[in-house]
Amino acid sequence: MIRIDKLSKSFRGARVLENLSLHVPAGERVALVGANGAGKTTLIRCLLGEYTYDGLVAVNGLSPRSHRKQVLRHVGFVPQLPPPLKLTVGQLLRFAAALCRSDPDRMADVASGLGLDVRALRRQPFAKLSGGQKQKLLISVALGRDTKLLIMDEPAANLDPDARRHFFELLADRAANNTMLISSHRLDEVAQLVRRVVELERGQISLDDRVADSGTLDSLLHCRLELGRREESVAKTLVRWGFCDDAGGLVWRGAVPGPDRLRFFAALARYSGLIRSLTLDERADDDG
Amino acid sequence: MVDEGAGEIESVVPERRSGKRLRLGSGGDFWLVAWLDVAESMHARWFALYALVFGGLVSLLFVFGLTESQILGFLGLSRLLVTYIQICMAILPIFILITTVRSLAGDREAGVFEYLLSLPVSLAGWFWGKMIGRFAVVFLPVFFAMAAAAGWAVRQEIPVPWEIFAFYTALLAALAWCFLGIAMLISTLTRSSDVAQGAAFLVWLCLVLFLDLILLGVMVQERFPAETAVAVALANPLQVFRTAAMMLFDPDMVLLGPSAFVILDAFGTHGYLAYAIGYPVALGSAFAIVGYLVFRRGDLP
Repeated sequence: MIRIDKLSKSFRGARVLENLSLHVPAGERVALVGANGAGKTTLIRCLLGEYTYDGLVAVNGLSPRSHRKQVLRHVGFVPQLPPPLKLTVGQLLRFAAALCRSDPDRMADVASGLGLDVRALRRQPFAKLSGGQKQKLLISVALGRDTKLLIMDEPAANLDPDARRHFFELLADRAANNTMLISSHRLDEVAQLVRRVVELERGQISLDDRVADSGTLDSLLHCRLELGRREESVAKTLVRWGFCDDAGGLVWRGAVPGPDRLRFFAALARYSGLIRSLTLDERADDDG
Repeated sequence: MVDEGAGEIESVVPERRSGKRLRLGSGGDFWLVAWLDVAESMHARWFALYALVFGGLVSLLFVFGLTESQILGFLGLSRLLVTYIQICMAILPIFILITTVRSLAGDREAGVFEYLLSLPVSLAGWFWGKMIGRFAVVFLPVFFAMAAAAGWAVRQEIPVPWEIFAFYTALLAALAWCFLGIAMLISTLTRSSDVAQGAAFLVWLCLVLFLDLILLGVMVQERFPAETAVAVALANPLQVFRTAAMMLFDPDMVLLGPSAFVILDAFGTHGYLAYAIGYPVALGSAFAIVGYLVFRRGDLP
């Protein structure tokens, strides 16, 4: 699906990508990680046909630069930072759907699943939405159409737990016939979403490894958490994750999306002294 | 920079390389991007200010009773139009240059280009759609202000010089297109909105410096050949507009400087009016084409 050979890119003499080669077969899910300035964004922009470059970049056998419409018709892209578009939500959906030959209602349905009521917000300027709402809308534009390649830059960073869960389900639905390239500067943000990790350092690949994980994108971990004492801040955190209180704030039950488990542990880490017991079970939890 | 991906065709019929000839892009892209630019501009503060300035100008001219006064033989709506067109010449080019380069370069810096150009839109459709959308946005408020004045005059039974009105519309459209082409080129050549605004202001300043009055003051004083002064006046779209605008009310060229006499002798009234409309359009199109070629070959965001 993606073939990159000896890709180099410079800006005013400064080498940002250096002789980089990467092959990603169809259907693979790859995390693109690296520190700020490692070259992730430049690589993504080369893949989107937005930069000129030395070397070869091909998506499904075509150069995204010279065949941009044919390539981009099958590419869904979610940027890390939403652009400050002055269009209304409705106008953005109509514009994107018309260009992508999709249906704005299909995009609106994806947004609705992520907890964003597009119909109510259709006259609202995109720039005036909250960070999370913008992210949901951009995800809806990317996933509300037929794609073969998804390129996403920290797509779930601004999403609440419910929206993240639905987002993972959407990715799971597409996992069979989509290649995914998910970029992040933190591996723990995306490790559970992918099967392969490519790390960039100073414009070159410093690590290309497989992720040992049997979980699927739509797996759900049923959780029971027992606390030593009731604490308001823990309760707030758990409610945000959709947990229910069983015994006056001491016993909590809920479900954590498999790809979100690291993030869940990170959220609990600051209260670790309060945790008396914690169980996570991927099978259906009837008795807790 | 080389781009070798096209050599790796697997299954899709190869598209003609976009570098071979200039195309407007597929019709759908073109109109969608034009619509996008209009919709974006409608929500922008600069557009509100822009529309307010030209609408306000016409209102002020009415408030100050220009339709009822008579100066140098101009009266009724003619008096208002001649004042309006002179003010347009002073502020329209700089407004178009600054607002266009500021919003395009600003959009590029803010990641708008990165996102919107990740959608399947052709580069030709994107560039020319932007240009047409922006033309509608910058020209229509100027035109509507003038048309509103004419409508009001008709209602008040004040005579409207329709032929002059039509020529002014064409002249304003040509001027707007010319400076829009320059602005599109500056936007593609510069990478930051600060540099783009500086360059736009410099271009405008140079053209203002080479207006007829300065030609008269400096070039004639320094005993430059008359042909040089005339050539500069003919090459400067601002001077071309100024001469044509005044010619409609002042066929004897009493109000204009010496270069205008030479120009009139060479072109004749109708010939010069045709030149005054055709030349800025051709110049603006040439700048825009160069801008497109630069845009297509470089980094987009």
